[in-house]
Amino acid sequence: MPRSQLSGTRIRALRKARNFSQADLARLAGISPSYLNLIEHNRRRAGPSLLTAIAEVLNIPEQTLAEGAEDALLEVLRASAATAEAGIVPELDRLEEFVGRFPGWAGHLGALAERVEAQDRMIERLSERMAHDPNLSAALHEIVSAVTAVQSTAAILNDSGELDPEWSAKFHANVHADSQRLARAAEALVAYLDASGEEAGPAAPQEELESWLARHGNHLAAIEEPDPPDLAELTEGQAELASHAAREMARAWLLQAHADARDLPLAPLLAALRAMLASAAGFRPDALAEVLDVPMDRLFRRLATLPETRDLPRFGLVECDGSGTLTQRHPIDGFALPRFGGACPLWPLYQALATPLRPLSALIEFPGRPAPRFLAFARAEPIRPAGFQAPVVLRASMLLVPATPAILGAVPPSLPQFEVGSNCRICPRLACVARREPSIVAR
Amino acid sequence: MAQEHHAPREGAAERTNATKAGHGEGRLVLVLEDEPNISEAIRFILRRDGWNVLSRADGDDALDLIEAEAPALLILDVMLPGQNGLDILQAIRARPRLADLPVIVLTAKGHAADRDRAMRSGASLYMAKPFANAELLAAVRQLVGA
Repeated sequence: MPRSQLSGTRIRALRKARNFSQADLARLAGISPSYLNLIEHNRRRAGPSLLTAIAEVLNIPEQTLAEGAEDALLEVLRASAATAEAGIVPELDRLEEFVGRFPGWAGHLGALAERVEAQDRMIERLSERMAHDPNLSAALHEIVSAVTAVQSTAAILNDSGELDPEWSAKFHANVHADSQRLARAAEALVAYLDASGEEAGPAAPQEELESWLARHGNHLAAIEEPDPPDLAELTEGQAELASHAAREMARAWLLQAHADARDLPLAPLLAALRAMLASAAGFRPDALAEVLDVPMDRLFRRLATLPETRDLPRFGLVECDGSGTLTQRHPIDGFALPRFGGACPLWPLYQALATPLRPLSALIEFPGRPAPRFLAFARAEPIRPAGFQAPVVLRASMLLVPATPAILGAVPPSLPQFEVGSNCRICPRLACVARREPSIVAR
Repeated sequence: MAQEHHAPREGAAERTNATKAGHGEGRLVLVLEDEPNISEAIRFILRRDGWNVLSRADGDDALDLIEAEAPALLILDVMLPGQNGLDILQAIRARPRLADLPVIVLTAKGHAADRDRAMRSGASLYMAKPFANAELLAAVRQLVGA
């Protein structure tokens, strides 16, 4: 039996063991009984947020039901199948059977597909850099110009037997000046390639930081201490932080996290959060910020870096600058961040950027079966008081939490709902109004 | 030194006459090249071969200059300050009187795509930098029929 078909069976067995009716479990998990019935009979797959909700209702560890890795593998293989060569038709209708019967081969194929995708993107980036990188283009132009001048002038000096002494002196001076110019240009090019080579490696600095944080569960105990964290000790010799840029970013992250922790210590935060979720009022970050007397952005960052606690949900966080570039990335299950390129322009994060100082909340749904749903809170504001002359520099942040019954509260608020994605390239919403490039995922 | 030979300033044309009788027979070559030492080397080898040379470090008013001076050939750098030499070339080819002017395009970009674009824009010959002096001279002679 394929492993992926076990989750429904497991849910059914656990429900019966706890004497829940199908109708009761469905109601408490926020789905229809008929949908739960399909899941229990392994005819539909439960996504991460639904598994969280069911685990909460059944009072069991989420890991008992989680199959995140397998879901991810299925997604990778499905995306890979969409790029199959002409004449090769992968049996998508038997994909789960394949993964279930041959998990080793499926895992290997998935890893290869991911590697191919990563390499394709890397080639695209490098080609793009070669063709359009203004720094590289300027550096090469400078070198070729200097070489041309040296070659033409040197040839004149070499080939002209009786060159006027004044001309000879002038051309010698030109060769000398151009050779110095050539040396400087070559030095600049080498320095540029060295620096950019570091950034063009398998991971960009931000990805290195993200991997490092992920290994620590997005939480380092050192930030909770009263004394400032030992930046060198925490960031040197870390496998993930290979580049200098990533180590710098990790240090900046530690300093910010420590300042946040000083202003909002863990104990009162956890107490206030637990009290709020127990009250059936649902999760309201503005009320929480008021109770704790902290700015909203600080609360967002603290929530996204909480130590993993069984009775509390995980919070995801993204921040971007005014250009839309993601500057902070704390993904959670079901909320996938794009590895390459820009994110989905429909995220409330970007909507907030269009309406600075006006917080937004929305229910957002990512593609999936069933679709992962999150409650999202987004806001944008200038990073410093705006002057009359200086440009306005905005920063937007978006906090996400799985839209479970406990989060939504007994009386769920009436919120706008958006169907969003991670990145156009891997998003199956083909008719999306915000699409900027074709999707490789065909369904 | 028979002539003053300074690198042309942007906006100023530098005129130098042939220092010897040669293939050029006093005919005029216009050089649009912003690198002063490259421009100087080109002027030197052309003058020594009997060509008069008018050089400029930018492409401003290039069409008017060509109309007024009627050079026998144009040596055109692609990357001129603030201007693309190929845009100038297309404008030249759009004027019926200049349609047959021999134009050698010089560029530091050696990609096939750049060569194609230069030829499509109407270049008589495309020469990637760095070039050999003898090669450039041979091209000038051949295109003008000297």
